[in-house]
Amino acid sequence: MASLKELKGRINSVKSTQKITKAKQMVAAAKLRKAQAAAEAARPYASRLAKVMASLWSKVSGDSAPLLLSGTGEDRRHLMVVANSDKGLAGAFNSNIVRAALSHARRLESEGKSVEFYLIGKKGRAPIKRAFPGQVKNEFDTTEVREPGYGEAERIASELIDMFNAGKFDVAHLYFSTFKSALTQEPTGQQIIPVPTPELDPSVRDSGAVVDYEPDEEAILEELLPRYLKTQIFGALLENNASEQGASMTAMDNATRNAGDLIDDLTIQYNRSRQAAITTELIEIIAGAEAL
Amino acid sequence: MPLHFELVTPAALVRSEDVHMVIVPGVDGEFGVLEGHAPFMSTIRDGNVQIVRTPGATPENIAVRGGFAEVGDGGLNVLAEHVEG
Repeated sequence: MASLKELKGRINSVKSTQKITKAKQMVAAAKLRKAQAAAEAARPYASRLAKVMASLWSKVSGDSAPLLLSGTGEDRRHLMVVANSDKGLAGAFNSNIVRAALSHARRLESEGKSVEFYLIGKKGRAPIKRAFPGQVKNEFDTTEVREPGYGEAERIASELIDMFNAGKFDVAHLYFSTFKSALTQEPTGQQIIPVPTPELDPSVRDSGAVVDYEPDEEAILEELLPRYLKTQIFGALLENNASEQGASMTAMDNATRNAGDLIDDLTIQYNRSRQAAITTELIEIIAGAEAL
Repeated sequence: MPLHFELVTPAALVRSEDVHMVIVPGVDGEFGVLEGHAPFMSTIRDGNVQIVRTPGATPENIAVRGGFAEVGDGGLNVLAEHVEG
């Protein structure tokens, strides 16, 4: 059995760990509120843009559609854009995203397609490099970024569009975590290039009025496609940020609770050993007195 | 006869109000939007969107970059990537 001194030391070390996890939990809770507000603020723009895109879609015929929309006509080289966080202490948040991306990548490879990776955030780097060595083509460093802004989304989107225009890939998928609640985050994968048709909400269908376009439908669509892509990436970054904070909060809450349980167990063990030591000492004294 | 005007950026809903007229710098030239304008979509060149609250009032300028305007039943929606001022 561990000595009293050792037990005391362990109790103290668990206590200080608990303090750290508790602080991290509270920080995550505060950041989560902020991240949720940011995600909420981005929604009007995204929904309006999607509405405009959807109504333009129906107008532009197949042949004249821009490359970003129609694709290269091939389905051979896939790019996986995986958005992770830069910090851990968020439970299975990062590994869930990576797992979803890797299983999709394996499926694509088994179908004989080539897969490359574009990583956002540094937590996904190690597991993906291990699973697919040499296939991580690009990384976007977010270590300097405290909160994802539209600027980052813009830079990522324009890098992706440049790669696409340079013919580096045919299809791009984006992997991130959708924020459901502080307790549940869902790793999500979606195709971003070629741009998929936005779902038409039946309630916002055209009223049938003739709409004038300036300059014309195709030109507008051509301009809006990159913007739509940026908005999608921006939305994913915001969702990811909220998810990270939510996951972190839950994980740290569990850790704090586990530390509490451990402290209780150790304290009981400590008291028992102390009691045992006292009893032994008493028995020794009594036995000594009786012997006289 | 107010015109419902909304200015939205990816980060926030900047304006949502009823005004008299908005002058938008479209790619093919400026155009003013009053209430009851026909449905219309246009990309915007970087410049000032002028908001006239009441007839004859001095316009308020908002600089936008990377914009797009849509006029529909709900009024005028301006989507802009960046807004200054």
